[in-house]
Amino acid sequence: MITARSLSKSFGDFTAVNGIDFDVRPGEVFGFLGPNGAGKSSTMRMIGAVSPPTGGTLRIFGLDPATDGKKIRARLGVVAQQDELDEFLSVQDNLLIYGRYFDLPRRVCKERAAELLDFVQLSDWATKKVQPLSGGMKRRVTIARSLMSQPEILMLDEPTTGLDPQARHVLWDRLYRLKQQGVTIVLTTHYMDEAEQLCDRLVVMDQGQIVAEGTPAELIRTYSPREVLELRFPAGENEEYGDRVDGIGARHEVLPDRILIYADDGEVALKEVHGRGLDPEAVLVRRSSLEDVFLRLTGRTLVE
Amino acid sequence: MATPAPLRVWEKEFLSYRSFWQSNLLGTIVRPLFYLLGMGFGVGGLVENGDRSDAVFGDVSYFQFLGPAMIVTTAMMILVSASLWPIRGGFEWTGTYKSQVTTPITPSEVVMGVGLWHLTYGLISAIGVALVLAFFDSTRAWGLIPACGVAALTGAAYAMPITAWSAIAKTDYSFPNILRFVVIPTFLFAGAFYPISVLPDWLQWFARVSPLWHGIEVARAIVHHSLGFSSGVSVGAGIAHIGYLVVWVVVGWYMSFRAFTHKLAN
Repeated sequence: MITARSLSKSFGDFTAVNGIDFDVRPGEVFGFLGPNGAGKSSTMRMIGAVSPPTGGTLRIFGLDPATDGKKIRARLGVVAQQDELDEFLSVQDNLLIYGRYFDLPRRVCKERAAELLDFVQLSDWATKKVQPLSGGMKRRVTIARSLMSQPEILMLDEPTTGLDPQARHVLWDRLYRLKQQGVTIVLTTHYMDEAEQLCDRLVVMDQGQIVAEGTPAELIRTYSPREVLELRFPAGENEEYGDRVDGIGARHEVLPDRILIYADDGEVALKEVHGRGLDPEAVLVRRSSLEDVFLRLTGRTLVE
Repeated sequence: MATPAPLRVWEKEFLSYRSFWQSNLLGTIVRPLFYLLGMGFGVGGLVENGDRSDAVFGDVSYFQFLGPAMIVTTAMMILVSASLWPIRGGFEWTGTYKSQVTTPITPSEVVMGVGLWHLTYGLISAIGVALVLAFFDSTRAWGLIPACGVAALTGAAYAMPITAWSAIAKTDYSFPNILRFVVIPTFLFAGAFYPISVLPDWLQWFARVSPLWHGIEVARAIVHHSLGFSSGVSVGAGIAHIGYLVVWVVVGWYMSFRAFTHKLAN
């Protein structure tokens, strides 16, 4: 569905995307994981046939966005980072007018708007203005809107940033249903749980480049032992305890607020910590996640 | 049947307008009405009863002199406002234009649609004033109808370049200054309230480069002609005035096209 080779994007001296390769296959959920400024949104805007690449090749549905932008965009649904809804129009009118951008007949727009508002569970709000809606509801309106043209690829740029946990789960559920209906989904996120929940495959981006690629499970297996032991010492003392856990587990990472010890068995590692006479204020053993993969690859956390 | 993309952008603007049309129409009727009553009867009474100079007003009353100009100034004022914050909002706040270009619509089609809407909005506003003028015996004339078209074109001559500026400006700090130093002086000096021949030379030049003066000259000539007065503007001069307005619209449209493309497809 999408093929990119040495894809680049520069704005003057600044290189936002620096020669990336990836393929998105039909029906899969493909993710770009990375911190803010990694080049995820620039990549999305290029795939969306809005922003012309400055290097490499890009094909969407086998078409070149430089010459067939209109045709490509007619088959895409786009959910941008900001909702970009008209707050003074009703929920329904926001969908209708968006359908008109694709030149759908008004009758078709009305039918689809009603169906889609049902799909995102907002039928009761159809005639209400957008303005007073919660963040999660606005997001759902935006997603419903992006589906007006029955897109083959749905693109979402940080779909759940700023939403509360409940709203995120509602959204994930709807996206999962779309995937089941056969819609190819491309999304960006800086939440590792989101990537793990939703993505069949993903690439990890940092500073305009792809630093790793695979399924969430593969990435975790490759870059991180199975479990993570988190230790919290009194504020400001984590640094000095860093040396004293040396050699426990596969490796460790000292963060400002805690120490992470990577080990195949977290409980065994914890016993060793206690064996060295250390007494952390708080202890947590958890499964390792994409966050740990990212930390391993870049030395930085995803969400600062 | 396919609807041309600019018309679909226009539809969006029209749909948004429907949510505030009452306040727009009230504004377009009430403000000019106050000007007409205040200036028409107040200043009119002064100039007509006192030292009435036939060389300046001819047989035309001051109210008849002022009326057609109010159609044009209203369209200008409303379109200047419509091309400042609302355009910026389409990029920065509502993001309407950004979302439009993720659909098959291109930036240049967005500009075409926005331009078409400017003309429509100018026309609606002008009609509001024309309706007020049609209410008075002394200004009821068929010429009010084409005058509305001239008013919309004059408004667009301001709106298109300002649209380009609103799209490209880094902040909206300059917007109040556009109102203070461009719109208000133009409103006062471009011959709406008196013939520009009474101004000192340098102010006459300011009036002559202003699209507003050209629009007022034509609108006034058309209305006066249909009221049975000699208009004082030849057909050739009328065409030249209109041509001058069209140049501003076209140049402004091109600037907007560049600005929107730069902002939306970078």
